Amino acid sequence: MALVAMHGIRKAFNAVPALVDASLEIEPGEVMALVGQNGAGKSTMIKILTGAYRRDEGTLTFDGRPVDFPNPGAAQDAGISTIYQEINLVPHRSVAENVFLGREPTRLGFIDWRRMNREAEAALARFNVSVDVQAPLSTFNAATRQMVAIARAVSRKARLVVMDESTSSLDEREVATLFDTIRTLKRDGVSVLFVSHRLDELYAVCDRVTIMRDGATIGVHPMSAITKMDLVTAMLGRALAAAEHRLHDAPPHKAGAPIVEAAGLARGRRLRDVDLAVHSGEVVALAGLLGSGRTETARVLFGADRPEAGSLKLDGRDVAFGEPSEAIEAGFGFLSEDRKIEGIIPDMSVAENLTLALMPRLAKAGVIDRAAQREVVNRFIRRLGIKLASPDQKIRELSGGNQQKVLLARWLAMNPRLLIVDEPTRGIDVGAKADVLTMIRELAGAGLGVVMVSSELEEIISLADRVTVLSDGRSVRDLHAGEIDETSIMAAMASDVPTTGAPHG
Amino acid sequence: MADTSVQVHRPAEAAPRRASMAEAVRRYGVLVALVLLILFNAAFTPNFLSWQTVNVNLTQVCAIVIVGVGMTLVIAAGGIDLSVGSLMAISGTLAPLIFMGKLFPVSPGLGLALAFTVPIVAAALLGLFNGWLVTRFRIQPIVATLVLFIAGRGIAQVMTNGNLQVFKEPTFQFIGLGRVLGVPVQVILMAIIVAVAGYALTRTVFGRQLLAVGGNPRAARLSGIASKSISRWVYAISGALAGLAGLIVVARNGAADANLVGLGMELDAIAAVAVGGTLLTGGRASVIGTLLGALVIQLVRYTLLANGVPDAAALVVKAGLIILAVWIQQRAKGSS
Repeated sequence: MALVAMHGIRKAFNAVPALVDASLEIEPGEVMALVGQNGAGKSTMIKILTGAYRRDEGTLTFDGRPVDFPNPGAAQDAGISTIYQEINLVPHRSVAENVFLGREPTRLGFIDWRRMNREAEAALARFNVSVDVQAPLSTFNAATRQMVAIARAVSRKARLVVMDESTSSLDEREVATLFDTIRTLKRDGVSVLFVSHRLDELYAVCDRVTIMRDGATIGVHPMSAITKMDLVTAMLGRALAAAEHRLHDAPPHKAGAPIVEAAGLARGRRLRDVDLAVHSGEVVALAGLLGSGRTETARVLFGADRPEAGSLKLDGRDVAFGEPSEAIEAGFGFLSEDRKIEGIIPDMSVAENLTLALMPRLAKAGVIDRAAQREVVNRFIRRLGIKLASPDQKIRELSGGNQQKVLLARWLAMNPRLLIVDEPTRGIDVGAKADVLTMIRELAGAGLGVVMVSSELEEIISLADRVTVLSDGRSVRDLHAGEIDETSIMAAMASDVPTTGAPHG
Repeated sequence: MADTSVQVHRPAEAAPRRASMAEAVRRYGVLVALVLLILFNAAFTPNFLSWQTVNVNLTQVCAIVIVGVGMTLVIAAGGIDLSVGSLMAISGTLAPLIFMGKLFPVSPGLGLALAFTVPIVAAALLGLFNGWLVTRFRIQPIVATLVLFIAGRGIAQVMTNGNLQVFKEPTFQFIGLGRVLGVPVQVILMAIIVAVAGYALTRTVFGRQLLAVGGNPRAARLSGIASKSISRWVYAISGALAGLAGLIVVARNGAADANLVGLGMELDAIAAVAVGGTLLTGGRASVIGTLLGALVIQLVRYTLLANGVPDAAALVVKAGLIILAVWIQQRAKGSS
């Protein structure tokens, strides 16, 4: 009998469905992987299981009994422990205190320190971790802290441990230690729900995999019975009919001289070794699963982060951007992934947001030429079809699609040579989406180089002249016109070993 | 006009009427309060409508407004400056030391010129030091400026050995006591500073970039704005204005006391900024608002004193005003 059985789960937020028909079963002592693209509904599913959200419909049984956890505490009491990406422990207290946080053993009303330290040591010893349990938690590395979180979970008699992206902050050796811990849990009959974007990890430690897409569970397979290729295909979906008519099939065009050539870019664990070249008039898509280093590559190109290794050539000459302002000076523009956090200045007007980067060029002796500013603003509002009441309106009052157009105009007004766009159509409506993509295509036609980061294969296939596929922080394939199709992109996303050449390598 | 949001406000389609009311109160509340206070006093306070009363109130409020303008810029850029009171003490005690020749022997003419310039430059450099701490080491502004809040007054006391300096130097004191066409010089200085800062904030690249940094620092950086350099400048300006206010205060009193010059000024300035409708989290600011905010606080105090309410009670009313201002901001924030 399954330890956890969730069936027909539905959940909507403000009438927007997040889960439509999701299910999940985990056997006792089983390590279950849960995979899906961003927005597939994984985290909503986990939050319902752990009591953070209430489901709208569906059944949830735990250990054979129907349950309905009103809050995370209730789920914990029932035996479900969650280990989050950002671990919720107290860094400045000792390891032992963290293991027993909230249920410290007492003696005559005082904390029984000797017993607590002894039991904490024993709890950690099960996972072959031997540390000074009286030292503050903050003195240990991320892996040890995760071990402490797990020891804490297990010492509370957890029957199921949920690990949500637990490995994302660990290095390889630490990941190996964590895997040993998972195997120990399994041996003791504890189930694990393991969420990770790193496919290799799933194969290393999981028994089965549950695949989610668009709020529904679309498949459950034994890990040994599904190839990486099939896994990626299932995650991304095959509804790619729209990709048939490529936007640029009509006017064939040639790429010009190289604008930037990057080699061996590396930064931290997310970006290990990326090669990338962009010619003028060319749309180069950066494809890859979440966490493959796409955004990191874009940020390093733009000078928003400094690379730790690698070289960057602009028009054949070596450059190193220390700040985005230097990249902008060189003619780069960067449409960031998160409009709210890195794009708009919410309290400023549309006009000012649109001319934010251009402003110094619109000024005489430091004073903004309002007439010139208004002229630029009106021109781009017309050109991009931005719908608004007035250019003096605050940008936060606009819809997502119109905000995105304003931010695109911010860079177009600069007359850039290279435009980097990170998920340009995320969270905007279908009409605005088409407008933005068409605009990018037109710009490339006019000689601009474009680097496009996108999770949507359709978008990549319909727009890109070339695709650089990233996997685990490395550029693994470079696909040219004629080889850009769903199969080859997915094959490259799932590959580990860098390959070049033949389209079906 | 120094209001940064002069545009016509258009509430979102379904915005409830109450929210736009809150926005209107946020925008015009200070002005309405000021008018009400003036009307109240005109009716009930004897001799209120006299040139004398206007001058007394404006003179009282000058230092707060001048420091408040600097504070407005710092807060608009997402920071705060606690060191202004201490910088006033440094500048205010440095000036007499210079023109009385206690620091180094100088000719009287040169001494006076230096007494105006050196303290302000020194205060600006100390402000730059604040900015350097904030940008170079990413120290929270409240902690970084606490350094000079504490050390600054100490420096002023060490410079004067803790002694009160009394002086009579009409040329220097012109800045605090002089009048041009019957208007006190300090009021003229205040008006110029408010006008220049208001213009800079609304019309110049520096002003708009400063607000962008305060409104969304990450977006500002990705748009090529040199946010660190802007922050450093803003703290330097705040320091220079505090230096000028220090000169005015000692010139007015004819005495410089390192223990008292600018004492509690940082809080008065922040109060004026808050009451004036500048968003304390940065990104939205009004220099005129700060002027009006300072005038309201001053006039409330004057009204209570003139009608026999003790100063201690006036402090409580001032606190109430600040709470009211912040509450109005919170309400307006939820709108549109």
